[in-house]
Amino acid sequence: MSENAIQISNLTVRFGSVTAVDGLNLEVKWGELFGLLGPNGAGKTTTIKVLSTLLRPTEGIARVGGHDVTKEQEDIREIIGVCPQEPSFYPFLTGRENIELYGDFHSMPKKTLKERVDSLIQRIGMEDHANRRAREYSGGMIRRVSTLMALVHDPKVALLDEPTVAMDPVSRRSVWEFIRELKHNGKAIILTTHYMEEAEELCDRVGIIDQGRLIAIGTPSDLKKEYGAEHLEDVFIRLTGKKLKEDV
Amino acid sequence: MRMTRLIALIKKDLKHTVREPAMLFQILLFPLLVTVVFGLAFGAMDSGSTTTFSIGVVNMDSGSEHPEWAGYFVGNLTSLNGTVVSSYDSNATGQVDLLNGNLHALVVLPAGFGASCNSYWLAPLDGNSWTNTTVELYVDSGSMIAGSAVPPMIQQVLLRTLYGETVASLDLPLTIGRPASVAASTFTAWDYMAPGMYAFASIFLVMTVAQTMTVERDTGLIKRMSTTPVTASEFILSKTASNMVLALGQVIIVFGASYAIGYRPETDITGMAFAFVIALVFALTCVGFGLITAVLSKSAEVATGLSFVFIMPMMFFGTFMQFGGLTQSIGAFMPSNYLTHALTTLFLRGASVTTLSLWTDLLVVAVVSILVLAAGVILFGKQIRK
Repeated sequence: MSENAIQISNLTVRFGSVTAVDGLNLEVKWGELFGLLGPNGAGKTTTIKVLSTLLRPTEGIARVGGHDVTKEQEDIREIIGVCPQEPSFYPFLTGRENIELYGDFHSMPKKTLKERVDSLIQRIGMEDHANRRAREYSGGMIRRVSTLMALVHDPKVALLDEPTVAMDPVSRRSVWEFIRELKHNGKAIILTTHYMEEAEELCDRVGIIDQGRLIAIGTPSDLKKEYGAEHLEDVFIRLTGKKLKEDV
Repeated sequence: MRMTRLIALIKKDLKHTVREPAMLFQILLFPLLVTVVFGLAFGAMDSGSTTTFSIGVVNMDSGSEHPEWAGYFVGNLTSLNGTVVSSYDSNATGQVDLLNGNLHALVVLPAGFGASCNSYWLAPLDGNSWTNTTVELYVDSGSMIAGSAVPPMIQQVLLRTLYGETVASLDLPLTIGRPASVAASTFTAWDYMAPGMYAFASIFLVMTVAQTMTVERDTGLIKRMSTTPVTASEFILSKTASNMVLALGQVIIVFGASYAIGYRPETDITGMAFAFVIALVFALTCVGFGLITAVLSKSAEVATGLSFVFIMPMMFFGTFMQFGGLTQSIGAFMPSNYLTHALTTLFLRGASVTTLSLWTDLLVVAVVSILVLAAGVILFGKQIRK
């Protein structure tokens, strides 16, 4: 197993004349929960897309679990779980079926899959709704199911792109608990979020990204101390001169 | 390639069809509905069952010297099987009923009708001495069957009026032998249409495939799937397989519904097996066109409209709608035409599966299917890998 779960060196992604990610350097260790913070268009989702093999970098190297994102995509797809920003799911399948489908994609044994899905559904408080068609779900329920679709196969690396947006506080807390548990099991997690409270609560380290550049990195407490701020939000404002778009 | 993933993807697609009312209608209920409605509507045509024609007669010769001839005409017309005769005082009142669809035809016996008939019998061999008159016949232009059936009936009644019953039993030195294909005379219009219905039902797979592919692409499902071990080949193969299952369902539905309303193809179990095989091979063409449509479409709505670019020509030039001339030539380029031709050979002509033309049709359909499907898979695969 590689020393770092994620290794990014001088990562640059350009779309024509627009540079979405500009020379990003980052390392995430196994068992670490890393938060990527930044305003809309900062390059968070582009970074996640590169790590999840959806996008090829223009320059630089990115490795997930020791595998190169441009050369060993199949190996990476075996070990990652991706929760996209916009939850995509099959509306005519039930919540349970959606989650099981992603377990099947990873060729999980039937019995293990069933037990795992039962346990996951219970943990996020969806027992009463798991057998309803997903099209009938509220936005928060869909987000919860979408998170489980990403994590059902117990991935070594979880890439969670704003997984708790539009969730009610109770659902958000249950997802937080779940993410924490993943970390304790030695998984590496990259979490992008607009919620400073979420980053402070969950992340071992955070990186603040603006206009494609990583402008600060450290533990939430170190960053607050370094910038003499009470909250991460204040650190963010001092560094970028901007407020995050959404409030908690 | 993992079977677990393939089966999971196929099951997912089949659940979609069963659970999505619009999809269920499009894939399964639409062919059922079309088969039953067309079968019932066209099943009675040309079936040898009694078809009654309402014929109106305006007699303008009632006050003439020889009114009996008009009487003979009306009598002969009334005695003809399948006619209901009613009298009208004037052409105008008859025309009103004809226009309103209450009559299939209107016959106007002119003043001098009796004198004309009489003049023939006074000098049967001297045409110069005959008094010529014209019987006017108006046929309901809204009825295709009346337009073709009524004029010969009136001709027959006129001959019988002039020559009497003997006209039907004249001895001739020549006779027409009963052709072996005389059984065709018992076929209904539906029998001629049914082979084309199999192709017709499958053709709409183009739209279904295009819609489901674009929806999965546009809602980010394919992108999300691309972050899992599922490969592009597994995804496309699962789509092809699930649509083949649906195509099989469609063929069973069309056959079952046709059978239920009395359709009996002139073939045996091997012929039926051949029919199923060629119909399924043709379904691959539709899946291929569906993939191509999805690649060209920016959304599911666009895919719906664009799919008709493939559906319409195959439908009009290669299914149950039989035209001649230029359309027949265009039909030579439609794979559906070869499916319809093969099924017609089996179901109507009663040919055995060893008939060469059947295998030629299968070969054409198979080659086209492979080419179209390959093009669709390559184009769509390229798009999702992007």
